[in-house]
Amino acid sequence: MAIEVRIPTILRTYTEGQKSVEGSGATLAELLSDLDSRHSGLRDRLVDGSGLRRFVNVYLNDEDVRFLGGLATPVADGDTVTVLPAVAGGGR
Amino acid sequence: MRYDSLLDSVGGTPLVGLPRLSPSPDVRLWAKLEDRNPTGSVKDRAAFFMIEQAEKDGLLPPGATILEPTSGNTGISLAMVARLRGYRMICVMPENTSAERRQLLAMYGAQVISSPAAGGSNEAVRVAKRLAADHPDWVMLYQYGNEANARAHYQTTGPELLADLPSITHFVAGLGTTGTLMGVGRFLREHVPGVAIVAAEPRYGELVYGLRNVDEGFVPELYDPSVLTTRFSVSSADALRRTRELLAAEGIFAGISTGCALHAALGIAAKAKAAGERADIAFIVADGGWKYLSTGAYTGTLEEAEARLEGQLWA
Repeated sequence: MAIEVRIPTILRTYTEGQKSVEGSGATLAELLSDLDSRHSGLRDRLVDGSGLRRFVNVYLNDEDVRFLGGLATPVADGDTVTVLPAVAGGGR
Repeated sequence: MRYDSLLDSVGGTPLVGLPRLSPSPDVRLWAKLEDRNPTGSVKDRAAFFMIEQAEKDGLLPPGATILEPTSGNTGISLAMVARLRGYRMICVMPENTSAERRQLLAMYGAQVISSPAAGGSNEAVRVAKRLAADHPDWVMLYQYGNEANARAHYQTTGPELLADLPSITHFVAGLGTTGTLMGVGRFLREHVPGVAIVAAEPRYGELVYGLRNVDEGFVPELYDPSVLTTRFSVSSADALRRTRELLAAEGIFAGISTGCALHAALGIAAKAKAAGERADIAFIVADGGWKYLSTGAYTGTLEEAEARLEGQLWA
């Protein structure tokens, strides 16, 4: 088993058009480094010097990693990571 | 139970256990049935409190016109209260909201102004703000920034939950205006040490969000991130699947935003069970499924229903 990472349309240029890719690592940071070794440039679109980029949201099993531990959030085989452009608010 | 009028019956909704969906006797799910309000949604609480406050503040002279950006439920609630109190009601609503909502608004005598589908509720807010600037005599209660919205939940929903479930560990609700989460969240944090406040945010397809620049995101003025413990993002597919599971397993016929909240609640429940922790997780059933029948959410396969829902606002 591996960790599935879902990629939004605007970043699929880094994944040869694939909607999801697989990777491994013990933390989100390790996972993103592992992905970058096969999908060069992807990591830079998600992370800057201080952590996750402001207008990027990353979810671990649908839970916002900013509330979990950011890049240090532990990840494990079988988890699903979803990357999304940040859009705040909902609708009522 | 007897009430002097329909408005007096707002709130006081049942909290029901979900024995089949709860993962273990130590990790239990509880549904707060807000569809049992006068117009069938949680929004009756906010609408009633916002109009009462505006009346106290002298903002609503007899026959005044109320304007509100809403994808449906708040508009229906406000239209009902406005009808009973003698106000004119205008709703600004994204054009991609369900036919039932438009019919209900028309029944209550409200006028609907459509805003473009692209941009969703955020665009409805922009259109309403423009209209309010052009018509200074219209009163926009503005649920996204009106303290009476959150206060309705601080004074009613929160105390009801604590009275019915003193052992509550988690509260889960949809993230829209944030009024429910902020009001219930603040109340529970004052009374239940360590309680977790969990937001469930709808994740729409790219048809709804379009290719908008991400920094155009709209944050409701009521939103205070320090009230939240964590936040889930729930896809339309998961929200639909959970909405159907809730009906199949527990008999509750709810709207699609309830499936969103249930998905987050089940995520919390799975984590609590894996960690060997006790949990009493209460979530909001914001409305019943009636208004969504025409979306096809409840017929055919999940894949077919998801395809039909693409591009529609469901929360």
